[in-house]
Amino acid sequence: MGTELTRAVINGILGGGIYALMAVGLTLIFGVLDIINIAQGVMVILGAYLSYALSVHLHLDLFLGLLITVPAMFVIGVIIQVAFIRPLHGSERTSMSLLASYAVAIIIEGALYLFFGPNYVTLNASYVNKSVYLLGFHLPYIDLYGFALAVVLVAAIYVMLYRTTFGRSIRATMQDRTAAMLVGVDVNRVAALTYGIGVAVTAAGGMIFGASGGGFNPNSGYDLISRLLALIILAGLGSIGGALVASMFMLTLESIVDIWQPNWSIAVFYAALVLVLLIKPTGLFGRQAARAQ
Amino acid sequence: MTGQASPPAGQAAAAGARHRKSVGWPAGRAAQAGLIVLALVAVVIFPLAFTNQQVSTIAFLTLIFVCAAVAWNLFSGYSGYISLGHAVFFGSGAYAAGIAARDWHITGTAEFALLPFAAVVAALIAVPFGLVALRVRRHTFVVITIAIFFIFQLMAFNLTGLTNGTIGLNAPFLLWDPVSFDQRFYYMALVLALGTVAISWLIKGSRFGLQLRAIRDDEDRAASLGVRAMPVKLTAFVISGGITGLAGALWFFFINQVLPQSGFDPLFDLTVALMAFLGGLGTVTGPMLGALIIEPAQQYLTTQFSNSYLSQILLGALFLAVVLFLPRGLIPTVAAKGSGWLEQRRGRQDVPATGEDGDGGADGTDAGIGSPAEAGTSAAADAGSGDTSAPAATSKGPAS
Repeated sequence: MGTELTRAVINGILGGGIYALMAVGLTLIFGVLDIINIAQGVMVILGAYLSYALSVHLHLDLFLGLLITVPAMFVIGVIIQVAFIRPLHGSERTSMSLLASYAVAIIIEGALYLFFGPNYVTLNASYVNKSVYLLGFHLPYIDLYGFALAVVLVAAIYVMLYRTTFGRSIRATMQDRTAAMLVGVDVNRVAALTYGIGVAVTAAGGMIFGASGGGFNPNSGYDLISRLLALIILAGLGSIGGALVASMFMLTLESIVDIWQPNWSIAVFYAALVLVLLIKPTGLFGRQAARAQ
Repeated sequence: MTGQASPPAGQAAAAGARHRKSVGWPAGRAAQAGLIVLALVAVVIFPLAFTNQQVSTIAFLTLIFVCAAVAWNLFSGYSGYISLGHAVFFGSGAYAAGIAARDWHITGTAEFALLPFAAVVAALIAVPFGLVALRVRRHTFVVITIAIFFIFQLMAFNLTGLTNGTIGLNAPFLLWDPVSFDQRFYYMALVLALGTVAISWLIKGSRFGLQLRAIRDDEDRAASLGVRAMPVKLTAFVISGGITGLAGALWFFFINQVLPQSGFDPLFDLTVALMAFLGGLGTVTGPMLGALIIEPAQQYLTTQFSNSYLSQILLGALFLAVVLFLPRGLIPTVAAKGSGWLEQRRGRQDVPATGEDGDGGADGTDAGIGSPAEAGTSAAADAGSGDTSAPAATSKGPAS
């Protein structure tokens, strides 16, 4: 029992790293653009399929492939923001942006079905099915590498946000769009690049998700996005640190519940979300009140 | 219809709205009434003229979606709380009917007695759902509705004792020949759809409807003026949920089977919202029009392309086109064009007084969506009908 629990906690933390990476992208997009990117889930799957295509057709290593897929997803993100998100304005912008990103998700999902079909696939590499014996547990290499990658990328995002001029303009835009504009921040450029960055991290998240999970198909995006949304709302919208903590915590909790009730473990996500919002409508680390956004 | 009780927020505006409508334009009114009668005749004789099973199936599904879209709009469109979880009610209605028919051994036409039961179950589910979700606004509300939706889908999958899990439930068998089966279901769906439109219309003109729209425009201001926001929102949510549940049960009897992924379908949430957006959010006729366009188009695409993925991509592209090029929806856009045209014809003088009449039942122009000029016109018209209408009718700036 004890070892099972420890294993669940380790799995939860390793998985939490990946979810943290994807959730940070989502919450960053929310913070700067004030929209919820419903397409984030299917973009993760798109990232996974890009890695899949590279590894199957070009026999490129999964991690090396990221050098191509991350910039590719960044460009896709910027294009989507400029073409479909930026033109939205007016008092219905919130719901419009939700629908627009939902529509983007549907189109990407349909395109993935067209190109790759509905069958589940997994990403393969020499290290995917091997594991290392550490502290009395067999830990798959891919989970360890994935966790390391997530830590590096989240750290990179942190450094960018808090140590660079561009990061400062992102934070300024998150705090007050109008004021940022007044002091000379090119808000449109920041919005496009932030959307690009938020989407680019899904390439890395998708690769690890596709390699470590039990396979994926174009439909897997729905499950992902609902978890990611629960995570960032739980954390408090726009809170990056909160997204990290919430991801670690929820994935660990899910993995513990999974020991007894595998069918219901995902329900923990949503139940926790509902419970937290009943007590604290701002989410755990939210600055602005969800009530009065 | 226009609430009788004495009045904080919307009463004067309600009186104003009624007044403006009754001033009317007789020829326009007559033409409108004629069109409505023609449309009614057309929908009534439709199944007699077309007995092709494919056509009648599409017609039935379209009516179900008219019902669902109008019901969705009478909560989300009027209150501004965009729900992406209405499939909870649709699925719950279907499952409630299915479970009751199985456990109470109801067979044949007696199944229709379960329709009100399904509506009540869906409405009862809407109470705790609303109490949790309506505490938060905007994005958070949307996400909560999605989360609760997934909880319900999960329950349908996992509570196998109740729902049969992935196998789903079957409806009682009806001994009707195919043609009269389709016709009878068509008329039931027609009655349901017309009833829903009537309820939506009644709510829109009522004090309750004005309170909802005041909440949409500025909830804190509405609350400070005496609108009891939570009960008002919850009531609309429950009405909307109950109707959606009823539609779900009827759909289940027609389709004959409900599965977790067909009853609780995320695309349902999105499609219903899109129908309302396409037609015009917060208008009476808009969601109906949206459903009449989108559902047949969707069914047609599905049958035309053997490849359902291509039709999915086209559907997504249609969504995007609506959001980008028709952000206010068909009815308000056309109404604005129409009143702009009237404006030119009559000269600018009497615009505030008559501009609103041109758009008939579809007064989307009071939504405060859209260009400053139009918002200004409608604000001016409303200001003319009493100062207290301000919170319900003034336009708000961009959200961010």
